[in-house]
Parts: sequence; C-alpha cells; structure tokens
Amino acid sequence: MKILVCLSIVPDTTAKISFTDGDTKLNKTGVQFIAGPYDDYALSRAVDLKEQLGGTVTVLNVGDADGEPIIRKALAVGADDAIRVNAEPRDAYFVAEQIAAIAQRESYDLILMGRESIDFNGGQVHGIVGEMLGLPSYSPVMKLEITGHTAQLTREIEGGKELLEAPLPLVLGCQEPIAEWKIPNMRGIMTARTKPLNVVEPTGQDSLTQATRFELPPAKGAVKMIPAAEAETLITLLRTEAKVL
Amino acid sequence: MSVLIFAELDQGEVKVASLEALYYGANVAQELQTSATALVIGTTSADLASLGQYGVTKVLHVSDEKLNAANALAYASVLAAAVEVEQASVIVIAKSSLGDTLAARSAGKLKAGLVSNVTELPDTSNGFRVKHSIYTGKAFAITEMREGRKILTLKKNVVSPELSQATASVESFSPSIPETDFVAKVIQTEKATGEISLSDADIIVSGGRGMKGPEHWKPLEELAEALHAATGCSKPVSDLDWRPHHEHIGQTGLKVSPNVYIACGISGAIQHLAGVNGSKVIVVINKDPEAPFFKAADYGIVGDVFDILPRLTKAAREQLV
Ligand SMILES: Cc1cc2nc3c(=O)[nH]c(=O)nc-3n(C[C@H](O)[C@H](O)[C@H](O)COP(=O)(O)OP(=O)(O)OC[C@H]3O[C@@H](n4cnc5c(N)ncnc54)[C@H](O)[C@@H]3O)c2cc1C
Repeated sequence: MKILVCLSIVPDTTAKISFTDGDTKLNKTGVQFIAGPYDDYALSRAVDLKEQLGGTVTVLNVGDADGEPIIRKALAVGADDAIRVNAEPRDAYFVAEQIAAIAQRESYDLILMGRESIDFNGGQVHGIVGEMLGLPSYSPVMKLEITGHTAQLTREIEGGKELLEAPLPLVLGCQEPIAEWKIPNMRGIMTARTKPLNVVEPTGQDSLTQATRFELPPAKGAVKMIPAAEAETLITLLRTEAKVL
Repeated sequence: MSVLIFAELDQGEVKVASLEALYYGANVAQELQTSATALVIGTTSADLASLGQYGVTKVLHVSDEKLNAANALAYASVLAAAVEVEQASVIVIAKSSLGDTLAARSAGKLKAGLVSNVTELPDTSNGFRVKHSIYTGKAFAITEMREGRKILTLKKNVVSPELSQATASVESFSPSIPETDFVAKVIQTEKATGEISLSDADIIVSGGRGMKGPEHWKPLEELAEALHAATGCSKPVSDLDWRPHHEHIGQTGLKVSPNVYIACGISGAIQHLAGVNGSKVIVVINKDPEAPFFKAADYGIVGDVFDILPRLTKAAREQLV
C-alpha cells in the first residue's frame, strides 16, 4: 500500500484571528500553526493502514520552510518520508496542481487529505486533484477499510451516511471518526529527525483566485439575560423583538 | 454567457438552500446582464416551471433514476455538459455535502476558480469580487476571481428570496456520462427521513454534554418539534454516540447559519462556536453563569435545561400556531 497524505498548515483552532497591512494579511503574531485537524485524521488512518497492510506513507505539504516542524511531527507519528513543495499556497487550484504533479510521478494507491482546511474552509483540493489525475474522489469519508485492491468507505451524506465500495487508486477527503489522532512518542520524535524531507520547487500555473482583503465580523452586542423564573418570555422576545420565529 | 445554478433535490423536492441559490444566481445574472438557468438532476414530480419565481428563465432537467443517488462524480459530468450547452460563465451551488464535493470536482473539470462559503452578492463593478466566510466563521475574505469560469458555493441564509410571478421553461437534458463515474458500488444507505435537515433548518435546537445522556433528549426534541426546528449537538455528544454523527456541529462538524440557534447545556468552546457563529440569533441555556457561550449569545438563561426546556415548549405551543 503506497499512501500519500496531504497536510495543510493552518492556525490552531483556538487562534484569535486578526489582520495587518491594511487588512490584506493574516497577523501571525501569537498564532500557533498546526496541521489541519482533518488532515490529522487522514494521517492517522494512513499510519494504521500501513501497520495493517505494509507499505509506505508519504506526507506532502505545499508551503514555506516555517512548516517543517509540523511536517516533522507527521513523520514522528509514523509517516516514512515527506515532500515539501516550496511555495506559498496561493489557492486550492494551485495546491491541487502541485499534488497532482507529484502523484503523477509516483502513482499512489491512496491519496488522503482532510475534507477541508480550517483556514479557507474551501473543501476543494481533493476534488480538483481527483479530476487532474482522472481518479474518483469521495468526501467526507468517516470510515475506510482496504481489502486487496478494494476500498470500503463510509461517507457522510445529508442527514445520514452511505457505504461505498470502490477500486483503488482513490483520492479521499477525510473526517472523524476515521481514526484516533496520534500523539508522537519519544522514539517517533527521535527517528523523525533522520527521515527524508525532500524539498521540491513548484510547477505550473498561476492561481485562479486571490484574496485581496480581509474583514472581521461585526462585534457582538451584549447578551440579554432572561431570569430563569421568566424563561417563557424568551419565546415572546424571539417573536416580537428579534423577529425570528 | 449565462449563470447556471445547481438545484439539489432532496426526496424529490428542491432543497430550501438551493432555492436561495437560484435567487442569488438570478441576481448575479441580472448584474451581468445575462440569463439564469437552473440544473435539476434526478427524477421528481415537483413543478419545475415554478422555479421561475426565483428568477431563472430556464430549467434543464436530467430525469434519470441512475442519478437519484447523490453521486458527485456523475453530477459533475452533467454539470460540465450543462455549462457547455448554456455557455455558462458563473456557476452557483448551495452548500451541502453533495454541493461541496460537486463544486470541487467541477472546479477541476472546468478549470474554474472556486470560492466556497460565499456570503454576499459579488461586486462586478471592476472585475469579479466575492465576500466569503473563512477561518470557520471567524473572518471574511474578499476574493478576486480571475478571468474564466467561476464557481461559487453559497452559505445558507445569506439571501432572502423575493418571489415573482414568472415561470421558467423546462427542457429535458440527457448528456452522456462516462461509466467511470459509477465505479463505486453503493452497498448501503442510512438516511433519516421525515426529520428537518440540519443544513436547511431555519431554527436549530442543539444539546451538549449538559443533557447528561441520550435518554434525556426528549425535552429537547419536543421543543424542536414545537418550533419546527432541527436538532443538533456538540462533538462530545456525537463522540459518545448519544446522537448520530451528522448532527455534530462545529469546527470539525457541520457549520450552520440558521435564524435561531438554541444551545442547551453546551459550554461554548471556541471549536463549537466556530460552527454556529453565522447564526442570526443565538440563545444559550446553561446552568453555569460563567459558561463562555454567554459571551457569544444574544439571549441567555442561566438555569437547568430540564426545568427550562419543557416550559419553553409549552410557551412555544401556546404562542405559535
Ligand atoms: C481540534 C478540535 C476540534 C473540535 N471540534 C469541535 C466541534 O466541531 N464541535 C464541538 O462541539 N466541539 C468541538 N471540539 C470540542 C470542544 O473543544 C469542546 O470540548 C466541546 O464543544 C464541549 O462540548 P459540550 O459543551 O457539549 O460539553 P462540556 O464542555 O462538558 O459542557 C457542558 C455544559 O453543560 C452545562 N450543563 C451541565 N448540566 C446542565 C444542566 N442540567 N442544565 C444546563 N446546563 C448544564 C455545563 O455548565 C457546561 O457548560 C473540538 C476540539 C478540538 C481540540
């Protein structure tokens, strides 16, 4: 089993978001960066599959050198090697192109990634990569089992779930509960230092979209507290004051 | 040049979020001085001509039972063929689990720029710029879309359709779809029927660990029923299997933007807030006055959910007919 796991590097889920340079750039001061939580699910499942079936797990990130400690962490939880495409991720199309270019050279059985990144929440890359490689892609995948050359996967659909069977190779966007997140142990951290992290230059195209400016949502007004003894008035207030019922 | 809007069917009816997308798409078409066409995939007995009320002048209908299952690969092939036929330059898709994967595949197929979670009409005065929600609702970006085809996925509840009397012409459409789009065999489908779908709901009543256990969900469901609301939950609740996973709301779950979100026994951790901060009005019921959720709320009640919920249900039944 040869698996490629794509990692996005994003602000921590608890990060306070603000902007600089006239609201044209993310203010990175005080922000901790992490691997996308959905990508972490993909990575964990990949490592479990490798343990079960043998093979290799390669992690791939499109991003600058600041992300290397996070890539090393992925190596520490069990990936075998890593590739960093040395470029600012400009948009989903650009990122997908980099992934597809590498996948074309290597032919993986599975290309796993999160259902979306938690910065731009685009949820686009798996579908675009699938199209570029002429492979089926499915998302969001909550369960994945491999038998021989066939994948059995459970995918969330509106108001429920669907169990599918599809031949490899596949591109999948993952989410919980596909696996338990893994925390690297000491041995993993030590061996990660010696695992290969190859840096390659980007290929191809320009981006198709460009974020030009950012805004924060308007500040929230003060909460109106209703005494528990008068809880019923909530329904009236929602009808007459907020006009939402 | 035209605007093409994907109108998603759910149990044979066009979804509410897609009706909003039709209205949005028709408005974009008006701004670009062109026409708007709806694309409906799957069998339906709905009156498709009436979609004209939302501003589209034409409906392309692919009536094929094989497409009643939400197969994003096949839908993307159909959409690409419709884009070709209609010479569409802008494609609008309502956010949903199908809509999201369809948009992603279509962006790859059409080499189109794609912006997800759009929250306003585009600014077309100088190029094409759209505002969309990012960082799971913690901010917005204004994104310029370059030359070429553009796909937008639209957040729920960001437009309020005003209906006209118009009807649309309905044309049947049967593009060829490659067999490879059907490589996956559907072994089993589990779908809640009859419930109000969470992503379409205008009102959501949601429960957290404060509900104590799955056997205590009745009061919450009764309030939801009285309000014609959908039910949701926090992550630990679905992790513990108290509620099905598709009800899980937040950073790693569904992002919702209803008119009213009523949180019962949910602390309001930042990862949960991330999924609900697009709601118009947030109501928080929690026995802990220090619960962080109160900071994000419009209305708050400090109290025990098991005392408060039945009283709200009673009031709702009395006041809402
Ligand atoms: C990367 C990451 C992603 C995450 N994604 C999500 C996500 O998508 N969605 C999500 O929800 N969480 C998510 N979480 C988890 C999140 O941090 C919180 O742990 C979770 O939201 C807490 O759920 P809760 O409020 O139901 O439970 P608790 O934090 O246990 O809160 C229960 C609340 O109920 C109140 N309560 C108890 N009894 C009563 C009563 N009788 N009446 C009234 N109130 C009562 C308590 O005062 C308390 O405030 C994520 C965490 C991480 C690290």
